Amino acid sequence: MSGSPVVVSEDLAPAELVTRCRAALGEGARMQFMYAWFPEGPTAPELRYVLHPGSGCPPHIWRCRPGDDPPPSLATTAPLLSWYERETTDLCGVVFRDQPLPQPLVLLPGASADRPPLVPGPMPHLSYTPAPEDLPQLAGTTREDVQLLPFGPIRADVLESAQFAFLYAGEMILHYHPQLFFKHRGMEQRFAGLSPRLGVFLAERVSGIGSVAHALAYCHAVEAAADCEVPRRATWLRVLLAELERIYNHLHYLGHLCHTTTLKVGEAQGKYLEESAKQINSRVSGSRLLRGLVTPGGLRREPQLAGLAADLAQLESEFRRYTDRLAATTSHLDRLMTTGVLGRQLAFDQGATGPVARACGLDRDPRRDQSYGAYAELPLSIAIDERCDAYARQQVRIAEVFNSIDVIRVVLAGLPCGWLSTECRPPPRSEGLGWAETPRGTAYYAAHLDADGRLARVKIKSPSFSNWRVFPYTVHDSNMMDYAINEASFGLTVAGCAR
Amino acid sequence: MALKAILPWTLFGLTQGKVTTRWRGEGAEPGQAAFLGMPRFDPGRCQDHCRECADACLPGAITLVPGEGPERPTVDYGRCVVCQMCVEACPTGAFTLASDWAFGSGTRDDLVWTRAAASPRGVTLKREIRRVFGRSLHIRHVDAGSCNGCESELQALNNPYYNLHRLGAFFTASPRFADLLLVTGPVTYAMRGPLLEAFEAMPEPRFVMAAGTCAVSGGTNGGGCTCGSGLDGVLPVDMYLPGCPPNPPAIIHALLMLLQRVPQRVRGGQLVPLEPPTGEPRV
Repeated sequence: MSGSPVVVSEDLAPAELVTRCRAALGEGARMQFMYAWFPEGPTAPELRYVLHPGSGCPPHIWRCRPGDDPPPSLATTAPLLSWYERETTDLCGVVFRDQPLPQPLVLLPGASADRPPLVPGPMPHLSYTPAPEDLPQLAGTTREDVQLLPFGPIRADVLESAQFAFLYAGEMILHYHPQLFFKHRGMEQRFAGLSPRLGVFLAERVSGIGSVAHALAYCHAVEAAADCEVPRRATWLRVLLAELERIYNHLHYLGHLCHTTTLKVGEAQGKYLEESAKQINSRVSGSRLLRGLVTPGGLRREPQLAGLAADLAQLESEFRRYTDRLAATTSHLDRLMTTGVLGRQLAFDQGATGPVARACGLDRDPRRDQSYGAYAELPLSIAIDERCDAYARQQVRIAEVFNSIDVIRVVLAGLPCGWLSTECRPPPRSEGLGWAETPRGTAYYAAHLDADGRLARVKIKSPSFSNWRVFPYTVHDSNMMDYAINEASFGLTVAGCAR
Repeated sequence: MALKAILPWTLFGLTQGKVTTRWRGEGAEPGQAAFLGMPRFDPGRCQDHCRECADACLPGAITLVPGEGPERPTVDYGRCVVCQMCVEACPTGAFTLASDWAFGSGTRDDLVWTRAAASPRGVTLKREIRRVFGRSLHIRHVDAGSCNGCESELQALNNPYYNLHRLGAFFTASPRFADLLLVTGPVTYAMRGPLLEAFEAMPEPRFVMAAGTCAVSGGTNGGGCTCGSGLDGVLPVDMYLPGCPPNPPAIIHALLMLLQRVPQRVRGGQLVPLEPPTGEPRV
């Protein structure tokens, strides 16, 4: 993969995991995600832990063969790994010793598969009899003031399906429990057996409004496996597409945030600007979601760049006028400031990523820290805000839109000549790790190829999976009136989380 | 104080002018320039013993069927995710890029390419729709496992550019007020139950639209042990709208078709030329 740091990997014995994890965290490392795959048949899983030893370092991979005994859970050492372990139990059948919350995560209560879906072999049969969620015992006859409000999975307006249980007293939310996996589509299973070239179309359809970044992270993984150098022109154009994606997403975000603070004209203007950006996308790529251009080895065809500079200048001036107006609207700002405060340590420990993490003062962005593609050559500025609230999350996104426009302008001015793609054919039994910063945070893809050079296992670590884990911590002990604003300020997708 | 904050927005809104597009239902809609829809298929250009397109089609929209001579491709646009790989793979130009997006159809069969496309098949919608609903439609959307791409375009319908309300169509929160169940996604095992409950809660007459390729056929994401293959066999579908995702004008076109305010454009997997305008005012 062009310009990317080399990934370091190392074999660990199960007994070493906890001590090594503690030591790494003590030195400032952050665990990113873990998954299991089956290189040598359905009875011998191998665990993979991906971590960043420190800012600016390439990711490390720990490989671990658990053997006959259950591997130890790292959830109490690195809390963000808890969801990954539970998912691995659901989908790969690997049980972790001392996992503090062993309930299924990805499979709904009442759902069970006759064999774990990600273990190679025949298609499992899934049976499902809906069962109630396991909620804390707060409501009941002794606490008549505490009420349970289940909301969803079908919610008002045009929204993704998810179910939220609120345990509340008056306006006060005591406990909040989201069930985010009604939409679990088994996307990781769907990659198995595909040629790497066709897999990109699945990656684009994991989280539709992150199509470019998901396709990029997937292609980076495949390109790392193939040890393929993407032509420089393609890396620059990939940046252009990724930043166009950031722009339309953040414009939608602002329109939706205004909807929750009932700023009607602000909502209409935000969504109008989003529409303008999507029409720009359509002129550039033929797809309003910028699909169908990114492919392993480069791009499939030239984007149409005529008129893009002028379109962006127009968009920027309208955006500036819009955000100036937002900055002068106290009724909007009052609802954001001090709403949904996420402490920096909590954000770090529980795995917050993207604008949500940067709005807690966590200065992390793989476009700079684990730089990929052409970003090292471009004037990237990472927006950070220390205020940790909904306002900070808005401000980070506003700054990112301006920076994305600047970056695209430089891409247009200095676009290198050359080829648009190169041969990318990962050899049999190769593997690669790829990442990209989506509008919502960092997506990782790990790709493992089989003996025929087809995809054997693809792991998707999506940013919404990370941020949905963090989000409830800002809802417990908050109030109902702020909930919608807080949720909008996180800018989450359910599809990315459920996959 | 509140007035001081809100008044500038009122002025801001007024100075923005009107951005809403006119809707003529005539095919070429503003703002959709360069949008790539379903690729066009010309089997006359196919060469014998070639299966490049079928091998490049992830959702299996292109399959080879035996005919009088060697096998020939057939295209089911209900499975197409507009990735345009067939255009790239075809060595003879039998598939070409096109902006054909008005692919809403009252029957599943009309999404499959057939040579005898010109036969004017009557719209098979329930005839009472116009009598009952007049020109208005209330929609309950249910996400049955989409990637959020379809939601992104459905949400766009309410932006000032498309402004769906002016056409008499509204999204409603309760299925009890809904005339149309608009479903996205391939129907996951967990959403099947809530989807059926939403349908049961709707008063009759009620209609169902499968929006997006996932809901029409499962697309790339359907199948496996956790997903169905779209709405067929789950609910009676009155309107199929493939697209990945369908762009907002395609969704508007399908909604107006349901209200019998515009004709169906797709027959046998091809867009047919519009008939000359009749005396009836459209929108």
